[in-house]
Amino acid sequence: MTTLTATRPRLRGFTAESTFITRSLIHSIRDVEALLMAVVLPVMLMLMFTFIFGNAIDPSGGYVDYVVPGIILLCAGFGAASTAVAVSRDMTTGIIDRFRTMPLRSGAVLTGHVVASLARNLLATAVVVAAALLVGFRPSASFLDWVAAFAVIALYILAITYLFAAIGLAASSPDAASGYGFILLFLPYVSSAFVPVETMPEWLQWIADNQPITPVIETIRALLMGTPVGDSALWAIGWCVVIIAAAAIWGAWLFRRKAGRR
Amino acid sequence: MDLAIDATGLRKRFGRTDVLAGLDLTVAAGTVFALLGPNGAGKTTTINILTTLVRPDEGTARVAGFDVVAAADEVKRRIALTGQSAAVDEVLTATENLVMLGRLSGLSRRDASTRAAELAERFGLSDAASRCVGTYSGGMRRRLDLALSLVVDVPVIFLDEPTTGLDTRSRQELWTLIRTLADAGTTVFLTTQYLEEADRLADRIAVLDGGRIAAEGTADELKARIGGDVVELRSHDGGLLRELPTDGSVHGLRAAIDELDRTPAAAAEGVQVTIRRPSLDDVFLAITAGGGTSDRTRDLIETK
Repeated sequence: MTTLTATRPRLRGFTAESTFITRSLIHSIRDVEALLMAVVLPVMLMLMFTFIFGNAIDPSGGYVDYVVPGIILLCAGFGAASTAVAVSRDMTTGIIDRFRTMPLRSGAVLTGHVVASLARNLLATAVVVAAALLVGFRPSASFLDWVAAFAVIALYILAITYLFAAIGLAASSPDAASGYGFILLFLPYVSSAFVPVETMPEWLQWIADNQPITPVIETIRALLMGTPVGDSALWAIGWCVVIIAAAAIWGAWLFRRKAGRR
Repeated sequence: MDLAIDATGLRKRFGRTDVLAGLDLTVAAGTVFALLGPNGAGKTTTINILTTLVRPDEGTARVAGFDVVAAADEVKRRIALTGQSAAVDEVLTATENLVMLGRLSGLSRRDASTRAAELAERFGLSDAASRCVGTYSGGMRRRLDLALSLVVDVPVIFLDEPTTGLDTRSRQELWTLIRTLADAGTTVFLTTQYLEEADRLADRIAVLDGGRIAAEGTADELKARIGGDVVELRSHDGGLLRELPTDGSVHGLRAAIDELDRTPAAAAEGVQVTIRRPSLDDVFLAITAGGGTSDRTRDLIETK
């Protein structure tokens, strides 16, 4: 009466990925507080920089046009940080073992987290852009410029999300993951996001000029405000691709090493 | 006889400790097998190897006829694991958890929904099915955890300490569910620290100690290994002061009682002597203590 022949049906196409994306999206929606923080904090930051620091930094009143691209980027990083916590939580609870004892592509769970993060952050970015327009942000961008700007933002979100996902895998607990993530969120301050790099001390200029955030911001600024782009776009895309590749390799290695060894 | 699990010479070392030191075991298809052992005996490592999560350093294991290393994907299509920490998604509802597992197991959206409703009903979760699992009690989580393993029929189910941390009632409910599963022909491999659990559920029991199988057999066979009855000395409030296994002979019984008589506490008021059949606990302690299986004397004060 017993049989050893019953099997799970084979999965077709991207069923596993789409199932995990649905799961992570539900997680994003249910975690109302994180979602609110991802939107409200960047908006508050933008208002603070525009109305409190803005006139001191640029008395002519044009600071809002300078700072918004940086705020957009800051906002993207904010929402991605919760990916580290989500991934770490998956790895430290038993659920990852259940997934790993099923015939699924091993990266499918992570794909779910990354795609959900992309959706979450693009939504937050749209809200921030809308708020910026309300407080006097006047970009000179054409429709195509906007599309290109959002493409660059999406690429940046993907890069930072992959990085946060890998950090989530490396961290020993969700709390630790959230701590490591915090360090990365400081990068935008040491870039051309809030003040021009030329106003910084020389040693800091070197860091600001050679870190990934600056070319990404300069590219977005060029697309939205029509400032000269130079080689920023190339650097921006290059940085993002390198970060994605490095994080993916590191992440895959961590995933194989850590899972099943709680 | 079909073997659902066939492991030979499994070894696994983490750092400097040999967690498994040459483990051999076979489980016949359609039976319930309990792997019994104290914390740290290697129970979870054994499950992790058999469910393809961890590679053995040495040795081979076949599950449902496929090698766990060379044909891991084929094994994965034929097993389900209910791990030690409840492997449920706390943010999702029970229904969402069940549908997710259904989709990941290859069911269509509609079949996954139907199956989710069926399982929620069968596991007494219908009323709570649309609530986030984070609000569930421990017993409800475990029931959902087990239900998730049954979304599609697989021949071999692994349960790693399925009732650890549950209250008596939830434990009884889970036992009934596991028994039903076994009666339907599923091979169940479970690990447990509770002898009663092994006694109630398992067709065969193996005692794991020091990374090896120290004893294996049916519950009765294992109990028979310890020999005759056990003489207990209990204080007036029922606390166990001392117990001695006997070899079953009149002489052995008298010797045990004489020995108890020499226990200082025996003279206290209200102290009582009782004779009982050996339990699996006796067997377990006898085996894992590394000594012989009979005429060993032990002081069991406050072992629980």
